[in-house]
Amino acid sequence: MSTPAAAPRKVRPEFRNIHVTQIVQYRMPPAAMVSIMHRISGAALFLALPFLLWMFDLSLISEGTFERMALAASGWFVKIVLLFLAWAFLHHLVAGIRYLILDLHVGLELPTARKSALAVYAISLPLTLLAALKLFGAF
Amino acid sequence: MPLAAPSAGIGTKRLVVGAHFGVGSFLLQRLTALILVVFFAVLGVRLLVAGPLDYVAWASIFVPIWMKVLTLVAMFALLYHAWIGVKDIWMDYVKPVWMRLTLQTLTALWLLACAVWSVQILWRV
Repeated sequence: MSTPAAAPRKVRPEFRNIHVTQIVQYRMPPAAMVSIMHRISGAALFLALPFLLWMFDLSLISEGTFERMALAASGWFVKIVLLFLAWAFLHHLVAGIRYLILDLHVGLELPTARKSALAVYAISLPLTLLAALKLFGAF
Repeated sequence: MPLAAPSAGIGTKRLVVGAHFGVGSFLLQRLTALILVVFFAVLGVRLLVAGPLDYVAWASIFVPIWMKVLTLVAMFALLYHAWIGVKDIWMDYVKPVWMRLTLQTLTALWLLACAVWSVQILWRV
């Protein structure tokens, strides 16, 4: 009886969890984009917490500090940071509501989940645009 | 979580960090998220009702005691929500235990400091 052991062993593909450095190489479906953006926006909001609390504090102490906060927020750089944070908040909120609904086992089918992932963008991006118009004084 | 001595038969390679608290964290992440949705809905409505915002209109939103309490509860919910989320990020990407524990400790201390700070912010109005 011949043994098959002599034949070279086929190299079997090995699948591991996605590493953070590989994220950009993956062509991700909308739900995966929503997911990673949920994490990125959450981390950004966490990092911005001292800045946001500081602004919240200034806005409430007195009329004078309120003006100081408004002045600090009127520079273009701070406005861009605030716009980014507005996007992070809106994306995190809308995507988070989607997750709460998914947790109720509603909309788990692939086509529905894909649609709801796209809906997250359809809601959060126009709201971000609204925040941009407000920030840069269109209304 | 008690650290077992090697003689206890559990082994010396017992993990001191990890996702043992999975279910509790999972549920609290959702509960705190719900609290935040309610808070931002209330804040949104109050902002729309208040109209153009000057200092008085903005500050008077936070004057009623129920709004202070709701805001503080939302703030604690946010900080706990952030704790679970940031801890998950450290657990996913930071493998050396000493580094992970350091980052988690700093995160927890920072969030606790923010909790104290937010009490002061709200009760000064």
